[in-house]
Amino acid sequence: MIRKVTVAAGALMLVAGIAAASASDDPIASRQAMMKNTGASIGAIVKMAKGEAEFDALAASLAIRAMNNSAIGIVHLFPTGSETGMDTEAAPKIWEDMAGFVEKAKAMEEATAKAIAAPAASLDELKAQLGEIGGTCKGCHETYRIKKS
Amino acid sequence: MKRLFRLLLLLAFVGAGVFWWLTMPRPLDALPVAMKDYKGDPAKGELVFYAGGCSSCHAAPGSDDKMSLAGGVRLESPFGAFIAPNISPDPEDGIGGWSDLDFVNAMTKGISPGGSHFYPAFPYTSYQRMKLQDVIDLKAFLDTLPKVTGKAPGHEVGFPFNIRRGLGLWKLLYLDGEPFQPDAQATDEINRGAYLVRGPGHCGECHTPRDVFGGLQTDKWLSGAPNPEGKGIIPNITPHEQGLAAWSAKDIAYALESGFTPEFDSLGGSMGAVVGNMSHLSAEDRAAIAAYLKSVPPLPNGYKAK
Repeated sequence: MIRKVTVAAGALMLVAGIAAASASDDPIASRQAMMKNTGASIGAIVKMAKGEAEFDALAASLAIRAMNNSAIGIVHLFPTGSETGMDTEAAPKIWEDMAGFVEKAKAMEEATAKAIAAPAASLDELKAQLGEIGGTCKGCHETYRIKKS
Repeated sequence: MKRLFRLLLLLAFVGAGVFWWLTMPRPLDALPVAMKDYKGDPAKGELVFYAGGCSSCHAAPGSDDKMSLAGGVRLESPFGAFIAPNISPDPEDGIGGWSDLDFVNAMTKGISPGGSHFYPAFPYTSYQRMKLQDVIDLKAFLDTLPKVTGKAPGHEVGFPFNIRRGLGLWKLLYLDGEPFQPDAQATDEINRGAYLVRGPGHCGECHTPRDVFGGLQTDKWLSGAPNPEGKGIIPNITPHEQGLAAWSAKDIAYALESGFTPEFDSLGGSMGAVVGNMSHLSAEDRAAIAAYLKSVPPLPNGYKAK
């Protein structure tokens, strides 16, 4: 009985997972949303760094966790066939050099993971983390993003 | 008939002579008296190095070592591909054998020590506005960097643009020889920013659209341009609503320091390296650049909407 419930629950979760995926089955829309969310996350920290918001260790840590999710997930949102459309700013270089692109995402994953493991206890520590994480944003945008507007 | 032929021949000779004369490289023979005995200060030169972003083109492509100026970066253009040369202090393959005067002629006249014209992919159209002291300080700093052997590959430029002498004509049109003149009506801060933007920073070289001959359309100063490398655009940075109107001076200074726009986008493309350099300037210099950019005439986008 318990087994049956587990299987059913598993199946349900699977269906839910598929449903969630198909809610936005366009990889370009998904990655654009992910970038927007990442911008908002880092924005929360930038505001603290600029002195426009109070240092808040919990908010900063949650923002970094959100960015870590993006770093892990983003590379899967550039399948073959999603090179053009929706004003994408993704550079063709991504598909020419997928390994290099993945490496850039990995750098962001590592910088955020490091900050999750040792959360900033002060604004100065947060600024240092921002510098490292921000460097990985720039590091990828330099080569793999083309500004269109 | 014979007479006509003679006349044509004469005209051809005169034409060639005029071309020869007009396109003749005219370097300075000596530094101005005031600078003759000046000894470059490498510490000050380091800041000029960052303001000028030398490493963006002259460090080896993809290298994290921004102080080894081996050259090799390709600059694509409608005229062909220009390859940045080795400007490390290696005496054979770099510029280690250059005098201060050679360096001043390169930076402000676009003329090599051998007396030929450089292509304006090397932005001497901007560097001509620099103070000679800054140029000589920069040379002193470059002399402290590691020597790198090996020449970068040659430019890939087709006829007629491969005739360097022809650049003399281009220079008549686009190289005015004017050093930076501060605006008496503007604040010291704005003038400092104007100097950095128009001189060493050479911002206009990418952010201002060019005409068919590759000269800057100065009436569209900083209004953005198609990316010369063929993909995307270089943004409008005038205080127009299509440009940076919504950005405060503080926002601009912060973007130059951190790479983050007010919308928390992270600047990329070739601006990524620019931010890497600008972050080494003083906060006052970044604020000065911001103040100047807020003061230029607001202009609509210098590129066509896609």
